[in-house]
Amino acid sequence: MTLTEKLLARAASKKRVQAGDNVWVQADILMTHDVCGPGTIGVFKREFGKTAKVWDRNKVVIIPDHYIFTADSMSNRNVDILRDFVKEQGITYFYDVIDDPNGHWVFDPTKGAMKRQHGSHYAGVCHAALPQKGHTRPGEILFGTDSHTCMAGAFNEFATGIGNTDAGFVMGTGKLLLKVPETMHFRLEGKLQPGVMAKDIILHSIGEIGFDGATYRAMQFDGPGVASLSIDDRMTIANMAIEAGGKNAIFEFDAQTQAFVDYRCKLNGTNPSYEPVTRDKREKFSYELVLDLSKLEPTVACHPNPGQRKLARELNAIKLDRAYIGSCTGGKTSDFIEFARILRGKRVIIDTFGVPATPEIVHDLQTARWGQQTVWEILVAAGVKMTENAGCAACLGGPVDTFGRMNAPLKCISATNRNFPGRMGHKDSQVFLASPATVAASALTGKITDPREYLPA
Amino acid sequence: MQSVFTGPVFVVRDDIDTDQIIPAQYLTLVPTIREEYEKLGSYAMCGLPEKLYPARFVRDGQTRGEYPIVVAGRNFGCGSSREHAPIALGAAGCKVVLAEGFARIFFRNSVATGELYPCESSERLCDVLKTGDEVTVDLDALAVTVKKTGKVFKLKSLGDVRSVVDAGGLFNYARKTGMIGKTG
Repeated sequence: MTLTEKLLARAASKKRVQAGDNVWVQADILMTHDVCGPGTIGVFKREFGKTAKVWDRNKVVIIPDHYIFTADSMSNRNVDILRDFVKEQGITYFYDVIDDPNGHWVFDPTKGAMKRQHGSHYAGVCHAALPQKGHTRPGEILFGTDSHTCMAGAFNEFATGIGNTDAGFVMGTGKLLLKVPETMHFRLEGKLQPGVMAKDIILHSIGEIGFDGATYRAMQFDGPGVASLSIDDRMTIANMAIEAGGKNAIFEFDAQTQAFVDYRCKLNGTNPSYEPVTRDKREKFSYELVLDLSKLEPTVACHPNPGQRKLARELNAIKLDRAYIGSCTGGKTSDFIEFARILRGKRVIIDTFGVPATPEIVHDLQTARWGQQTVWEILVAAGVKMTENAGCAACLGGPVDTFGRMNAPLKCISATNRNFPGRMGHKDSQVFLASPATVAASALTGKITDPREYLPA
Repeated sequence: MQSVFTGPVFVVRDDIDTDQIIPAQYLTLVPTIREEYEKLGSYAMCGLPEKLYPARFVRDGQTRGEYPIVVAGRNFGCGSSREHAPIALGAAGCKVVLAEGFARIFFRNSVATGELYPCESSERLCDVLKTGDEVTVDLDALAVTVKKTGKVFKLKSLGDVRSVVDAGGLFNYARKTGMIGKTG
């Protein structure tokens, strides 16, 4: 069996499963957020009754993160719906925007978008917050009401995005009927060259198979090249499996996975026990690709979808209005570090927005020092508009007052994951997806720029 | 159970993602609240750029459209897992989407909610039909008949999922078949 088949067989209490089988799978975690949580709760109550209880109050994890720092009253209301439900159900893991369990969340626009407005429990973008808060464990099954839930495949678990109705079903029963996907095999060899990042690996892979090339399928990443990739790198790759239509992404378990997961579970007092899945000698794949990482170059997905692959150096004629770094895909500490390495001591010449994925990342950047300055100060000095209000922000547009949202038909280069028409706001805007390094170099020149020309010596 | 649907089609091309079906700014609406469900219908497909799609799926100021059938190319419903997408289409009066192919989560959400039948066509109907063309879709005969020309196109079978949509979605189906208890 492939890694994905082994995970699903175990969760279905079966010895074997194969691609195409329909199996009832036991969930380990159900994650929801402020955009799909209220609807999921609505389905749960409608179907199981007003007094129904969730299947396990320790396994429903609620992370408001999408439309938080907005004066839109419906958005603020939706965070309150989550809080009321958490109180009613006694849910253990709720990362509220405010500290008062009886309060109401109201964003204050007069304080501006940059200064921190959240309380001490807030965790930021769910996919980056889940591992930081000790909710990703090898061998488990994670369902989330968000398509980028597949990011947790970096931790050797089965993780996939589902809708509100399915999530309402899981909330009440802990189970879901799934079709076992075929597995596509991506064997990574070699090491990335300077200036080339994990984002380039996944943009290249999507370009290779097409933007619906993994529809209904699992994407398994393994091989000797994985050892050189950090946990952040693996998360970036797994995150964008959905951008090829994938059901899930899956990485092997290794010493790095173990160190990360053990530390995070201990730090947060979450369940520390888990059982990884390892590769069988015989695996059936529907597709195989060997990728030599040392041959990859900085890659860009052009408007209007993540499959429009080009090399950054081929796009130097494209003038930009804006640069953006943030989101689950591109807003991690390591992303900002690479971004800052290129911008240090220089000045961006187009509007450039930085939105860390989580408050912990904000803290990392505000405490890591390079010489006299923190990384945060280096970015601000370079002209980047950095907000302390970690969240999904303009990656998916959001309400019109969202930080960094494109409210005009602009051209933007972005470290995020999607570039469909209107994704970051205006219907006629254009988004080019690239690595944090490529976004940084492009912010310096105002055109799409290969970052290898701008690497510090 | 209704298995024949007749009316004008709304035609879109490949890779229509959920942001175009229901732009992210309207995800503040909660589909299980009645008035907000109807509101979602009024915004269905409003993310389609006007330059490419001058005819609108739902006219300004209306909550429902006049197209019970949507015709699409490849990868319809790609992108986010937002269930608001099939719900917005359903709330606007769409009963069937005929596409060359669907993205996984959209397909699953269409079935789980019972909002619409996601049918794969054997031919690329978005090249053959124009917005406003009248057709009849027969789910039993797996056929689409174009009124003007009388031409018939084949549909692929919905298989097991047909009965889930027939039942009105995952929960009704699960109760009917004893997967979960009758009372909830």
